[in-house]
Amino acid sequence: MTDSRSHSETIKASLKRRNAAERRFRFYGMLAISFAVACLGILFFTILSKGISAFQQTYIQIDIHFDSEQIDPKKLADANYQGLVKKSLRGLFPEVKSRRDKKDLYKLVSSGASYELLDMVRKDPSLIGKNVSVWVTADDDVDMFAKGFIRRELPENERRISNKELSWIDKLQSEQRVKKIFNTTFFSAGDSREPELSGVWGAAVGSFFTLLVTLILAFPLGVAGAIYLEEFAPKNRLTDMIEVNINNLAAVPSIVFGLLGLAIFLNFLGMPRSAPLVGGVVLALMTLPTIIIAARAALKSVPQSIREAAVGLGASRNQVVFHHVLPLAMPGVLTGTIIGMARALGETAPLLMIGMVAFIVDIPGGITDPATALPVQIYLWADSPERAFVERTSAAVIVLVGFLMTMNVLAAVLRKKFERQW
Amino acid sequence: MLRTSLSIAAIASLAFAGTAFARDQIRIVGSSTVYPFATTVAEQFGKATNFKTPVVEATGSGGGLKLFCTGVGVETPDITNASRRIKMSEVKKCQKNGVTGVTEVKVGYDGIVMANSKASKKLDLTRKQIYLALGKTVPGPDGKLIANPNKKWSDVDPSLPNRKIEVLGPPPTSGTRDAFAELALEGGCKKFPFIKAMKKKDKKRYKAICRSVREDGAYIEAGENDVLIIRKLEANPNAFGVFGYSFLDQNADKVQGSLIEGKPPTFENISDGKYPVSRALYLYVKNAHVGVVPGIKEYLAEFTSDKAWGDEGYLTDKGLIPMPSAERRKFKADAANLQNLKM
Repeated sequence: MTDSRSHSETIKASLKRRNAAERRFRFYGMLAISFAVACLGILFFTILSKGISAFQQTYIQIDIHFDSEQIDPKKLADANYQGLVKKSLRGLFPEVKSRRDKKDLYKLVSSGASYELLDMVRKDPSLIGKNVSVWVTADDDVDMFAKGFIRRELPENERRISNKELSWIDKLQSEQRVKKIFNTTFFSAGDSREPELSGVWGAAVGSFFTLLVTLILAFPLGVAGAIYLEEFAPKNRLTDMIEVNINNLAAVPSIVFGLLGLAIFLNFLGMPRSAPLVGGVVLALMTLPTIIIAARAALKSVPQSIREAAVGLGASRNQVVFHHVLPLAMPGVLTGTIIGMARALGETAPLLMIGMVAFIVDIPGGITDPATALPVQIYLWADSPERAFVERTSAAVIVLVGFLMTMNVLAAVLRKKFERQW
Repeated sequence: MLRTSLSIAAIASLAFAGTAFARDQIRIVGSSTVYPFATTVAEQFGKATNFKTPVVEATGSGGGLKLFCTGVGVETPDITNASRRIKMSEVKKCQKNGVTGVTEVKVGYDGIVMANSKASKKLDLTRKQIYLALGKTVPGPDGKLIANPNKKWSDVDPSLPNRKIEVLGPPPTSGTRDAFAELALEGGCKKFPFIKAMKKKDKKRYKAICRSVREDGAYIEAGENDVLIIRKLEANPNAFGVFGYSFLDQNADKVQGSLIEGKPPTFENISDGKYPVSRALYLYVKNAHVGVVPGIKEYLAEFTSDKAWGDEGYLTDKGLIPMPSAERRKFKADAANLQNLKM
C-alpha cells in the first residue's frame, strides 16, 4: 500500500503547482481578451466621438421672396436662385456695403442653397410670388463653428471664420436663425466637393450593386465547386492540386485581383472603367475561395450516415446531395458566404486598379454606371483638405461598420438558428 | 434554382464581354493636386447643365498622362490633370498611340510649403539650406560631394535650431514631390557654382545630384495623404511636412508654413511669383474626343470662366492661386479653339 500512498502524495505535492499554472493561464487569457476589447473600445470611441457630429448639420433661416417676375413657372430651372439667396442675406444685414464684405456674407450659406430653393419651387409652384422663411444649409465653415471645431479665442488669421463673419453668425444665432438638425443630406446625397452637400448614399448604392454582382457570381459558382469537389470528384493528384490552389488563392493579397481585373476585364475585354460590374467580378474572384472552403467544411460536417441512409432507400447520388446533404449544410454555407461578402464590402485595394476610386457625384442607376463603394468613399474623404470632411470620414466609417456588424450578426444568427448537432 | 442562376451568370458575363461601351459622361484622370479643383468644377458643371457630372479619378500626374496617352476611344480618358507640364517623352508616346490633337490649358498656380506644428518656432529657410538638409549628395566640408552627413538642422546652418532633421513628404510618384525636388532642392543646389557648371557638361549627373532626395530616414515618405501628414505634424512638433498650399490654407490653425528666402507662403506671394517654390497646374484635353463624348467644350468653358478660376472665383476658395488676367485670357482662348499643344 505504500505505493498508492506515495502516488497520492505525488499528486498532492504537485497539485498546488498545477493549479497555479492553470490560474496563470486563465489570467493570461483574460489579459489577452481584455486587451483586444480595450483596443476595440478605443477604436469605436474615437470613431464615434469624431463622427457623431456629422449626423447633424447646421441650417440657417433666411426670408426668401420668390419673385414672380424672376421665376417663370414654365422654366423653373432658369431662374437665378443664387440671386434670391444673396438678396435675402443683404436684407438681413443691410449694413454690409463693400463688395468684399458682401462676398464673405454670401459665403455663410452653402452654394447648394440655390438648388434647395429650386427643389422647393418644383415641389410647390404656388410658392412663387410669396414671402417664405426657409431653412437652407449652412456653409461648412459655419457648420464647423457651430459644432465648436473652430474656436473663437484663436487669433483671427488662424481661424477660417473672420471677426466680421463671427459677428454675423452671432447676430443670426441671437435671432434664432441658426439650428442644428439631423443631417438627411448625408444619407441621401452622393459625393460632393462641399462637405455640407456630401453624402454616403451614392457610395452605398455603388457597394450594393457591386456586392450584388459578387453574390450572383460567387455564390452559385462557389457552392457548385464545393459540392463537386466534396461529393463527386475522385480523390487523386489533380483534385489535391486544385485543393491546394484554392487554399492559396484565399491567401492572395487582394490588390492582385485588382491587377487581374485591370489586365483582363478592362484592357482585354474592354469593360467600362469604374463600373460595379467589373468591381463585382473582381470581388467575386476574391470571395470564391472563401465560399468554397466554407461550403466544403459545411458539407464535410454532414454525417456519412445521412448519405448512406439515402442511398439505401434508392436515391441517386444527385438526389442524395440536393435533397439531403446540401439542405443540411446550408446554414454553414450561408455563414461562409456572408462572411466572404462582408470582407468584399470592406475591400478597397482591388477597386483602386479598376477605377472605382473616383469622384462620382451622380447616384449610380445600374451595374454599368460609374460608381464608388463605401470604403473607397472613406478613403477619398480622408484625403480631402476641408476640415469638415474629418467628421464625415468618421461618420462614413460608422455607416460601414454598421453594415459589417449587421452582416456578421446575421451570419451568427443563421448559424445559431439552423445549426444541427449530430 | 442553382442551375438557372448559374446559366444566367454565364450568359451575363458573355454578353458583357467584348462589347464597347458608348459613354455620355466625361472621364478625367490625373494629378491629386488638381483633383480638388477639377472635382469642384465637375460638380458645378453637373449641377448647372444637363450633362452628367464628369467622373474624376486621382491617379497622379504621371499615371494620368500614361492612361491619357494609351490611345483614342471611349475607353480612354478625355482629360488629364497634371501638376507639372507634359514631358516630351509623353508627347511622343501620345503621338505613337494616335493621340495627336492635345490642348494644353494652364489652370493656375500652387505653392509647395514646408510647414511645421504651431507648437514650435516658425523657420526662415533658404533653398540652399533645404538642399543641404534633404539632398542625397551634398558638398562636404572640403567641397567634395559626399552622402548627406547632416543629422540636425544646426549641422546645416548654425542659426537653425539644434533639432533632428525630420521631414514628411510625398513619395516619388507624386507631382508635388517632383516639383519640390525641382524647385526647392535644385534651386538650392544651383547656388554652388561648381555644381551649376556641371549642368552644361554632364546634365545627367547634375540632375542626379540636385533632384535626389536623401533616403537615410531624414525624409520620410508619408504617402499621398496630406491630411495624414498634418496630423503627424501636430503629434510631432519637431517634424516638418511638405505639401500643397491648399492644405496649409485649410489648416492654418494647426500648422504654419516656413518662410522661404524670407517670403511667407501666402496667397499674394505665390500669385506674384515672389514665393520661390510654386509651380503651374495644367489640364490636357484629347481633341479627338470633343464632339464624341458630350460636354467637353462646356466643361472647359466652365473651368475657364471667371466665376471659376478668376481672382474671386470659387476655385480660389479651394486654394487655387489664379493666373494674371492676360494669361487667363490666352488659355481661355486656347481652350475654346482647342489649340494644339506646342512644346
